[in-house]
Amino acid sequence: MAKIVINQKWCKACGICYGLCPKGVLDKDDTGKVVVKNPDACIMCRICEEHCPDYCIKIGG
Amino acid sequence: MLKDIEKLLRQDKMPHIWCPGCGNGIVMKAMLEAINSTGIDTKKTVVVSGIGCSSRATGYMNFDTLHTTHGRALAFATGVKLAKPELNVFVVTGDGDGSAIGGNHLIHAARRNIDINVVMFNNNIYGMTGGQYSPLTPHGKFATTAPYGNFDRAFNICDLVKGAGATFIGRGTVFHTKVLTEMIKGAIENKGFSFVEAVSICPISYGRRNKMGTAPQMMEWLKENSVPVKAASKLPPEKVAGKILVGELYKEEAPEFTQKYDELIARFQKGAE
Repeated sequence: MAKIVINQKWCKACGICYGLCPKGVLDKDDTGKVVVKNPDACIMCRICEEHCPDYCIKIGG
Repeated sequence: MLKDIEKLLRQDKMPHIWCPGCGNGIVMKAMLEAINSTGIDTKKTVVVSGIGCSSRATGYMNFDTLHTTHGRALAFATGVKLAKPELNVFVVTGDGDGSAIGGNHLIHAARRNIDINVVMFNNNIYGMTGGQYSPLTPHGKFATTAPYGNFDRAFNICDLVKGAGATFIGRGTVFHTKVLTEMIKGAIENKGFSFVEAVSICPISYGRRNKMGTAPQMMEWLKENSVPVKAASKLPPEKVAGKILVGELYKEEAPEFTQKYDELIARFQKGAE
């Protein structure tokens, strides 16, 4: 299982990460910020990490 | 990877000021990835920027940085490079900063072929000042100063700097982050004037006015409207028309300005002996 580290303090709820995630790993909380919903489905493609404009997501620690 | 480039960020200045969904953070990340992977000396790296949303990037990058006046980043960078040619000099500029008020500096820096790596964050709009159209706003698109659609034509900025004499030109988008990183790497490796157009997204000042949807929808738009430059040569022209070509657009060898300048100094010093 991939280790997904989220820095919610820097998140601005733009929705790019959960919009682009091909496996539905990420989701939004009630403020629109990113949360990890289904970590087991992560295939470590790093699309979220590469496309997060706010440096909030680290895959693999 | 983010853990490799965190040391190149000024963590105490984060989170950055860019709007939710702004692509500038992604372009800055591609720059840091490229700098990190080429292994250039970060203590000998200078990043110069002008004014605008894009130019705020120098505040967050942990190198020697200069945040200069509007459009003049290349003039300051030319001074830095000439004083200390051993430095790796980068210029971060926007489409307004670099192609409008700084347009003359851009073409003349390209003409000189001075070893500076320019990354132009192209979000098609003046975002910071409230969404005025820039020379890179496409024809027909809306802006606060173009309420009936922009009737100007946009520059093809990569062709412009090619005509001016740049020796490396590449284009990436904030969706094609790997291509963008590769292009910036190519710019670092090129000894001469290198230009990378980073097609960014501005969901607030540009996207909203042009009904382009949310940040992820603008990302999808970039994905659907881009063609790799290698594939474009094999496709029929109607499939390439109006698309964003991504990849390495141009490369040539030409004498570099600071090298020629040093040679001139050496020639005269020899004469004085």
